[in-house]
Amino acid sequence: MELKTFKGGLHPPDNKAWSEKKAIEVCPLAEGDELVILLSQHIGAPAEACVKKGDFVKKGQVIATPKGFVSVPIHASTSGEVISVEPRLGTAGTKVPAVVIKADGQDTWDENLSGADPDTLTAQEIKDRIRDAGIVGMGGATFPTHVKLSPPEDKKIDHLILNGVECEPYLTADHRLMLEDPDNIIGGILILKKVLGVEKAIIGIEANKPDAIELMTKACAGRGIEVGALKVQYPQGAEKQLIYALTGREVPSGGLPMDCGCVVQNVGTAAAVNDAVRRGIPLIERIATVSGSAVNEPKNLRIKIGQPLGKLVEFCGGAKGELGKIIQGGPMMGMAAVSLDVPATRGTSGVLLFSEGQVLKEPEGPCVRCGNCVRACPAFILPTEIAFKTKKGMIDEAEKLNAMDCIECGSCTYICPARIPLIQYLRQAKGAIIAKRRKV
Amino acid sequence: MDKTLYISSSPHVHEGGTTAKAMRDVIYALLPCVALWIYSFGIIKPSVVMALCIIGCMASEAAWEKVRGLPITIGDGSAAMTGILLALNMPPNSPWWMALLGGVAAIVIGKQVFGGLGYNPFNPALIGRTVLLISFPVQMTTWMMPRTHEITSATPLSDVKIAVGLTGNIPDEIKAQLGSVLFGGFGGQLGVVSGFALIAGGCYLIYRKVITWHIPVSFIGSAFVLSAIFWAVNSSKYPSPVFHLFTGGLMLGAFFMATDWVTTPITPKGMLIFGAGCGILTILIRLFGGYPEGVAFSILLMNSATPIIDRLTMPKKFGLVTQKG
Repeated sequence: MELKTFKGGLHPPDNKAWSEKKAIEVCPLAEGDELVILLSQHIGAPAEACVKKGDFVKKGQVIATPKGFVSVPIHASTSGEVISVEPRLGTAGTKVPAVVIKADGQDTWDENLSGADPDTLTAQEIKDRIRDAGIVGMGGATFPTHVKLSPPEDKKIDHLILNGVECEPYLTADHRLMLEDPDNIIGGILILKKVLGVEKAIIGIEANKPDAIELMTKACAGRGIEVGALKVQYPQGAEKQLIYALTGREVPSGGLPMDCGCVVQNVGTAAAVNDAVRRGIPLIERIATVSGSAVNEPKNLRIKIGQPLGKLVEFCGGAKGELGKIIQGGPMMGMAAVSLDVPATRGTSGVLLFSEGQVLKEPEGPCVRCGNCVRACPAFILPTEIAFKTKKGMIDEAEKLNAMDCIECGSCTYICPARIPLIQYLRQAKGAIIAKRRKV
Repeated sequence: MDKTLYISSSPHVHEGGTTAKAMRDVIYALLPCVALWIYSFGIIKPSVVMALCIIGCMASEAAWEKVRGLPITIGDGSAAMTGILLALNMPPNSPWWMALLGGVAAIVIGKQVFGGLGYNPFNPALIGRTVLLISFPVQMTTWMMPRTHEITSATPLSDVKIAVGLTGNIPDEIKAQLGSVLFGGFGGQLGVVSGFALIAGGCYLIYRKVITWHIPVSFIGSAFVLSAIFWAVNSSKYPSPVFHLFTGGLMLGAFFMATDWVTTPITPKGMLIFGAGCGILTILIRLFGGYPEGVAFSILLMNSATPIIDRLTMPKKFGLVTQKG
């Protein structure tokens, strides 16, 4: 089979063998466990708490309502008592608004939740259900799904792209989901196709998951869904690179996938959409990979939103050796967490524990102009030149060098022998350019 | 948590390479050639020249950084590499003070005055060589025959240049000696005695991903094509392309000097242009210039064009291509 791909990028060791054969296990929740449910788990306006201390909530009940269009409600992940509504520690180390629930151990569903046959619903009704279920992009970016499904009238969408690439090393959550629950994904894809009114749906899967490619190809046969096998190359799962690999189309610079007729959704999002529409289940659980050299037994887990990362790690036999770093998400784009007390969110695709020895500590050296970053950059910009201008405060120059086209995949930084944190300078440049544009 | 954790921006993994590792790879790649060269020219004299070039480079780098209160960077291998390359660009029988002086010139004038590693516009080893060539033209062109160690001012390139200048033709005996050109049987600069040791070293660097194929291929390719055209037009006046590729410093230049990270373009397209420029200038200088050899000058000239090449070959960013489908 000819493998499709994009231009640029690189191939870090994927380290998926630690967890790819491990079937998804449910991370247990006991009576008395605390769930810390953050009110901003998505891109856009944070939700606003609609419960107060002392309230009893049921599993799936709305505990925070969205504010504005680009926002989603937040639900209770289990039944129990609200013990506080207060700022709690988030991944980045700052305190963010949260609802804390003490589980009653009964896990009683909210009886008001009900599913529907998508065939009897209009596209708008489906989108409302998706929003009400709090569905966001499950790949880690957590952009509200109903917004992505509502392109302006003048944007003609003809392709639905499903992201089953999982190009981040270590992570195997999407892989296991495709193997263990293909019908849920396909059900979701059919719903998404209906909402968008598109004929064509393609699932992109990297060639390091041959079992998933085979299974999904079989399961999709005759249902109007194609499977595209992709070369193992990071960042194959980046939206623009994935669209290019599967359709040959380039999202215009500064534009969105809808500008070239595409909508991209993660396979995990498709499964969540199916749950939400057909069964009425809101987004209160997700699949996450717990892995890394400092965890005893890497696993794929079905976790409840709000469980502290420490609980997940504990279920995987705890940390071993000298723990150096905790990462939420993948090693290329994930965020370092300040502590194991931080709760899992809707974007927690993985929890990686790195040993002390694995932590990068080399100091930044001078650029030796080797050109590695230029060859690796999938956006075809010159990371080192932009970093140089940014260091000197020459933001206009950085903008002229197309700093805004950076997708922050981290390939440049991964490959830089001088250990320059190029991506940090790129982010700094982008922030300064956005601030400057706002002022004008 | 009792334990302090590390917090940093993504990515949290790295390919593993460092500048120092890459420099070490370049030194390893040069070792076969260095060994062959030391052996061919009588072990002791060339060893002294090599050692003094390296010492000159490293000591002047350390001294400069010490005086300026900068961190001492001789551990990164870059100064040592410059020393080796400089030695391979000098006659093996050079006086000791010249080797030392060349090293100091390479590092101080060629590198540190611009701000050290990463900021020098010209290849430091070639700056060192050029300073010596201009200052001590006689010593810098007094070569030694490999194995016999006979002192001579003749190299295949200078023989051709003189003969063509006098008679308009290449003498038959030089044509006949093509085979020994290939295996370093001629007098010549240090390090150019064996094209094959250099090609092997270059391939190692490409395999290790320290350099890419772009510059060596376009350098050697353009030199081959241009010299082949002249040769086809008049083979009695212009030497064959094979002669050009395996004499002088062409292989050393193409694999080790024109691929210097700092002083060459960072875009793949720019690298191709850079290499082609080096190849064309080398042949033009050899055939029509005042010097028999043109590799060093052509690389230095192209070094000066690097910023503009980079600017003109800036890749077209993703998302500018006309829509398909």
